[in-house]
Amino acid sequence: MRGARSAKWVATAIVVALAATACGGSDDGEGGDGGDNTSAGNPDGIVRIDGGEPQNPLVPTNTNEQFGALVVQNVFSKLLDFDDQGQIYMVAAESVEPSEDNGTWTVTLKEGWTFHDGTPVTAQSYVDAWNWAANIDNNQNNSFWFADIVGYEDVHPAEEGAAPTADAMSGLQVVDDLSFTIELTTPVSYYDYKLGYDAFTPLPESFYDDPEAFGEHPVGQGPYEFTAWNHGESIELARYEDYAGEPAKNGGIHIASYDSLEAAYTDLQSGNLDIIRQVAPRDLPLYRQDLGEDHSVAQPYNGIQTIVPVWYEWEDTDPQVLQGVSMAIDRETITQTVLDGSRTPADSFVPPGVFGYQEGASNGITDFNPEEARRLVEAGGGIPGDEITIQYNSDGGHQEWVEAVCNSIIETLDVECVGDAKVDFDTDLEAREANEVQSMYRGGWFADYPLNVNFLKELYHSEAQSNYGRFDNAEVDELFSEGDAAATLEDTAQAYADAEQVLWEEMPAIPLWFNNVNGGWGENVSNVAFNSAGQPVLTEVTVNE
Amino acid sequence: MGRYVVRRLLQMIPVFVGSTFIIFMMMYALPGDPVRALWGERAPDEAQMNAMRADLGLDDPILQQYWNYLTGLFQGDFGTQIASRREVIDVISEALPATVRLTLLAFVITAVLGIGMGLIAGLRAGGKIDTGILFFTLLLISVPVFVIGYLYQTYFGVKWGWISPTVKDSEDWGELLLPALALASLSLAYVARLTRTSIVENRRADYMRTARAKGLTKSRAVGVHLLRNSLIPVVTFLGVDIGNLMTGAVVTEGIFNIHGLGRAVFEALKSREGATVVGIVSFFIVVYLVVALLVDLLYAVLDPRIRYV
Repeated sequence: MRGARSAKWVATAIVVALAATACGGSDDGEGGDGGDNTSAGNPDGIVRIDGGEPQNPLVPTNTNEQFGALVVQNVFSKLLDFDDQGQIYMVAAESVEPSEDNGTWTVTLKEGWTFHDGTPVTAQSYVDAWNWAANIDNNQNNSFWFADIVGYEDVHPAEEGAAPTADAMSGLQVVDDLSFTIELTTPVSYYDYKLGYDAFTPLPESFYDDPEAFGEHPVGQGPYEFTAWNHGESIELARYEDYAGEPAKNGGIHIASYDSLEAAYTDLQSGNLDIIRQVAPRDLPLYRQDLGEDHSVAQPYNGIQTIVPVWYEWEDTDPQVLQGVSMAIDRETITQTVLDGSRTPADSFVPPGVFGYQEGASNGITDFNPEEARRLVEAGGGIPGDEITIQYNSDGGHQEWVEAVCNSIIETLDVECVGDAKVDFDTDLEAREANEVQSMYRGGWFADYPLNVNFLKELYHSEAQSNYGRFDNAEVDELFSEGDAAATLEDTAQAYADAEQVLWEEMPAIPLWFNNVNGGWGENVSNVAFNSAGQPVLTEVTVNE
Repeated sequence: MGRYVVRRLLQMIPVFVGSTFIIFMMMYALPGDPVRALWGERAPDEAQMNAMRADLGLDDPILQQYWNYLTGLFQGDFGTQIASRREVIDVISEALPATVRLTLLAFVITAVLGIGMGLIAGLRAGGKIDTGILFFTLLLISVPVFVIGYLYQTYFGVKWGWISPTVKDSEDWGELLLPALALASLSLAYVARLTRTSIVENRRADYMRTARAKGLTKSRAVGVHLLRNSLIPVVTFLGVDIGNLMTGAVVTEGIFNIHGLGRAVFEALKSREGATVVGIVSFFIVVYLVVALLVDLLYAVLDPRIRYV
C-alpha cells in the first residue's frame, strides 16, 4: 500500500510538469469546440470511448454493470428516457398511459421500428422478451424488474427448487401490433419511471433460437448496430441506418477496453481516445487544467454517498445525536481537498437530477456547524460508547474520505472514530446482510429511475431489501404507501418529499455528497455532454475530421 | 538422462494436482460469493440466486466441486465463468498470446542485455564502465517496476509522442517492446550483477590460466571457458525468472493496457471467478515446473561434472 501511494505522488509530479504544455495545446484548439453546433464534422467518423470487458452476456435483462450497460444502452432503445430534471420523454413508445387507478398501463409503440436484423418491432417482441426474462429457468440477473406484473410468481416461483407453472405472465396482454397492456399486482402511479430501465427492451425472434450466441452479438433496435466484440480488446458499434428514432450524428462507436482509468487518461491526452467517462483519482486534481474547461466536466449525476447508522446499534439513541454528527462533517472541504472536486456536497437524500429533489431539503443538517453539532450531540445524550466506526470496502477507493470524515468528527466532537475496512465489496455486503455492522457503514446508491421514490423507498422502507441499516419507522412507511397510492405522479413525488422531511428528523442515514461525473474529451470530437445518469450522450457526439 | 527426465515429468503430476487443490481451496476460503456479486449493491433475488447456484454445481460439497473440476480438467474442460458464461479456456487462450510475447521479449532483453552488461563490467572490474554499470543497475533495482513503467509511458508516450502510450494491439511485437523493457528492468539489473560477480571470480581461476597458457585467444578463452562456467548461477536465476516475469506482468500489463493473463487473473480474482483463477494459476505452475526441469537439464550441458543418472 505504501509503495502504491508513493508511486501516485511520482506520477502526480509528472503530470504537473505536463500541465503547462497541455494547457497551451487546448488554447489553440478552442475555436472548433465547445458550444459549436454548426459544424457537422465527419458524419461517418468513429467515436472512441473508454470501456472494459462486460461481465455478463449482452442481453439487456442480464446486464447490470457499467461496461455492459454502455453497450446495451446504445444498441437498444428504451421505451422512454429521462431529461436532466428527471422528467420523462418518449423514445420507442408513442405513449405510456395508466388506467384510472394506475393498475393497468397501456404501452403504444411508435410505427416503423425495426431490429438490426430487419424484422419489425411489435408489441409481441416486448411481451415475449419480458416473459422470457422473468422466467426463473433463464437465470436473468434483472428478472426481479418484472415482479410488479401480475403472474410473475407463476414464471418465477419464490420457493427453492420450484419450477415455473406458466410460460407467460397473465398481466401482459398484446392488444394489437403496436400496443400492449401491463397489469400490475398493486397500482403504482409512477410505473412508467420503472419502464425507463434497460431491462424493459424488446428482443427479436432470432434471439430465442440461440440466446447464448445473442449474448455474444446482441441484435437490438437502437441507434447503433452491434458489429464486433474482440474480447478483452474492444467492442465496435456502427450507426444503424434504418433507425426510426433520432439518428446518431457519428458513424459509430469504438469502445476500447482499459485495465485502468489511468491508462485511458494517458491515451486521451495523446489523442488515441476521444472520450473518457471517468478520470482516475491520480488525475483528478489536474484534469480540468490539462484538458481545458471546455473539454471536461465535473457535474453531479444521480448517485449519492451516505454513511448509515445501523438501527440495531443506534436504536436507543436520540436522532439529534446523528444530526449533530452530520453537522460535524465538513463536506465542503473534504469534497474539495480529499476528493479533488469529484463530489458535490449533499443537501438532500435525493440527488438534483431526480424528479422530486428539493434544494436545501436538509434545513442545515448537512451544513458544517461545529457548535451546533456539539450542542445537539450533548442534548441527545452523546454518541453510544463515544465511538463511531464506519465500515467500508477497501477495494473501492473509499479509505481516504472515510478517514477524512472521521477526522472531521473527531475534531468537532472529540469522540473516537475509525474506519472498519472490509477487503472487498462482497465481504462488506455480507456483514451488512448478517447484521454485523459495528456502528455505521458506507452506503451508496445510484438511480434505477430518476424519481425520488427510488432513493427513499428502496433504502428506508422498513421492508426494503436494501435497508441494511434496518431503519423501521411506521410514519415513514405510511407516507411511502400514501405516495404509492397517489393518483398522479406529482402527488407521489410530493408524498415522498414529505416523507423525506420526516427522515431528516429520524436520520436513517447521513447524506454526504452526490457523485460527480469527471469526464473529458479530446480535440477530435465536439458536442460531448453527459446526462444525469452520468453517461455521455453518444448519438449527439460529432467527429471533427 | 532419459530416465531422469521421465521421473521428473512424473513428479509433476502430484505437484500439479496438489497445487491446484490448494488454489481451489484458497479461492473457496476467500470471502465473497460470486453468484451474490451478480447483484451488486442491490439485494439479490433469493430464488434466482439458488437456481443459479444449483445450475453451476456450487451447492455440492467443496471436495465434490474440486473433483468435478479436476475430472473436467483432464477431459479438457476448464469450466465456465459464472458471470460471463464464457468458457474459461476461451478467456485463457485469448489472454495467453499477449503475455507469452511480453514475457519472451522481456526474457530476451534480460538475457542479452543483462549478460552483456555483466560480461563487460566483469572484464573491466574496477574501471569506469564497471562503476557506471553498477550504478545504473542499482538505479534499476531500487525503482519499482510501476514507477519505471509510468515514467516510460509519460515520457516516451505522452510527452515526446514517440510511441502510443498504451498498447493497441496486444499481439504486436513492436508495441510490446517498451512494456517488455520496463518489465525486464529489474531482472536485467540482477542478471548483470550476477554475471559480473561470477566473471570476476572465475577470471582468476586455474582453468583460465591454463586456457591462456595453452595459447587460446582471449575471445575463445572468455567466450567458451569463462562465460560457460560463469553462467551456471545466471541460468538458475533466468529459469526462475521466466515464471517471475510472467506473474510480474500483472503490473506492467495494467500500466500499458495489455490484455494478457495478468489482467485476466486480476479481474477473475476480483469477481471470485474460481475456475478462471485456478486455470490461469495452474498454467503458471506448469510453466514453473517445465522451466525448472529445463534449467536442471541445462546444468548438465554447461558443466559436464553434473550428470543425471
